[in-house]
Amino acid sequence: MTEKEKVIPIKTNAAKEVLIHGNEAVVEGAIAAGCRFFAGYPITPATEIAEGMSIRLPKIGGTFIQMEDEMASLGSVVGASLAGVKAMTATSGPGFSLMQEILGYACMIEVPCVVVDVMRGGPSTGLPTSPSQGDVMLARWGSHGTHPIIVLAVSTVEDCFDVTVTAFNFSEKFRTPVIVLSDEIVAHTREKVALPSADGVTIVNRIRPTVPAEWFQPYENTPGGVPPMAIYGDGYRYHTTGLIHDSRGFPTDKKEEIKTFYERIHKKISQRFHEIQIVKNFFTEDADIIIIAYGSVARSSLLAAKTARQNGLKVGLLQLVTLFPFPRKAVETVLRQSRAVIVPEMNLGQISREVKRVNAKHSAVITLNRVDSDLITPKEILAKIQEVV
Amino acid sequence: MAERYEILLSGFGGQGLILAGIVLAEAIGIYEGKYVAQTQSYGPEARGGRSRAGIVVSDQPIDYPKTNSIDLLLAMSQDACDTYFTNLKPSGLLFVDSTFVKDVPVDDAISIPFTEIARKEIGSIMVANIVALGAISRCSNIVTVESLKKALVTKIPRETEDINLRALEAGIAAAGKFAHRYLINSLQNASKRKISI
Repeated sequence: MTEKEKVIPIKTNAAKEVLIHGNEAVVEGAIAAGCRFFAGYPITPATEIAEGMSIRLPKIGGTFIQMEDEMASLGSVVGASLAGVKAMTATSGPGFSLMQEILGYACMIEVPCVVVDVMRGGPSTGLPTSPSQGDVMLARWGSHGTHPIIVLAVSTVEDCFDVTVTAFNFSEKFRTPVIVLSDEIVAHTREKVALPSADGVTIVNRIRPTVPAEWFQPYENTPGGVPPMAIYGDGYRYHTTGLIHDSRGFPTDKKEEIKTFYERIHKKISQRFHEIQIVKNFFTEDADIIIIAYGSVARSSLLAAKTARQNGLKVGLLQLVTLFPFPRKAVETVLRQSRAVIVPEMNLGQISREVKRVNAKHSAVITLNRVDSDLITPKEILAKIQEVV
Repeated sequence: MAERYEILLSGFGGQGLILAGIVLAEAIGIYEGKYVAQTQSYGPEARGGRSRAGIVVSDQPIDYPKTNSIDLLLAMSQDACDTYFTNLKPSGLLFVDSTFVKDVPVDDAISIPFTEIARKEIGSIMVANIVALGAISRCSNIVTVESLKKALVTKIPRETEDINLRALEAGIAAAGKFAHRYLINSLQNASKRKISI
């Protein structure tokens, strides 16, 4: 009765089984995706990603830098990407807050890069060694201004590999920063995973210009909205600025050009929603009570759903891998077919707001929140299911 | 095996419980081909407070990675024994380090002075965790000695290989008189296959 959909077909050739934790799997995924630059600043519970990168990258011709802070970390990641190297940084809430300024800049100049946020209890120093899902809206809206961004969430060690590869692929394909939200539990749970060999991973690389240099328009309004990206040093001279710019990259105050800019950077993602929206369905086909969960809470939810099924209840799980752009279609489908949807989260309600937003009175949306530093247990979810029944 | 078998190694910070958890998870996951999820608790506990490593074992991919209803509990301190014993299933196996655990909650616990054995026979209390792993392999059917040895040597510094392997053997030997237990335990469990959470 398991209908587990493998929606990220990036691995074809499993080579080696290893016992690693989520942060180590992020490192493996990044390297498999072609990441060769990492700049970061240590922070619990994300430090093992930097640690792993500092060991691995120099051996394969990559670069690792421990920067003075998180702003400089993301700044140098953006620089590395402009120079043509796939680049990543990893942090936790306090560091991710600091990165928001540069993140907006990366959205503005459309630089592919990956930022991993291993969520811990916040705000401020919060609960440094405890899990949380408090940064969901920060990941979407943390940077000021109207900007598109892609946010993905990991739930298992295997996900950490797969989703990190996918994050790099999306970032290259759409010329955008991609946020990977992990949490302390996923980060520090060790599981057996089969790592694919180097040629067993599907990798996407940014499109580069082929036109003569004098014809090149770095921010051309192409039909797909993703202009080819020249690498600094390629011979294509162009201007990079955080100001709203025209198709040549120079600041503009012309209404028409401003409008074109905003429309293009949004359409490049909205036009391709179907490619970006990744979800996993478990027992949802005939379910009338459906749990919508992401991250480590999705694992508690899966055991709760299985147990409910054993007790004769038609319960399913919709696990969100893509959080933003919000996977509206998949969520609407389960809202339409169910009489109740339960949204358990380790915060006081962030994705549940999105679920409520798209719910056209089809289903009752019930929240289950926990912020006391512990993972929501299957028992708690099961109790909520019993209440609904 | 049951759909879900939960192990908790507990004690105080510094006893090497997390390393023992990683070795055991590697042995079961990589060398015995089962699915494993190994979690740990850290934080203030790393500085002498409670420390624990949990392992969930299954023939199928593991959903909830944390331990909750324990099948095998190792308690290497009185505090850990008192705290986590309540989560042990009635049919579960309890291993205690009798060097520290004086008040054992049940009569049929596998009570062995792991730390004392490590100190007297191996000359270092640092390997008490490995002595305990030896006893676990002897008295449960969750892992074989061969798999444990293979996993152990990949996770420790080469120069400590000798004392670690000796510690493992010492644990196996000390557990000999309890070895019949696991047979009874596995027979009792044979009829219980339902998931409980």
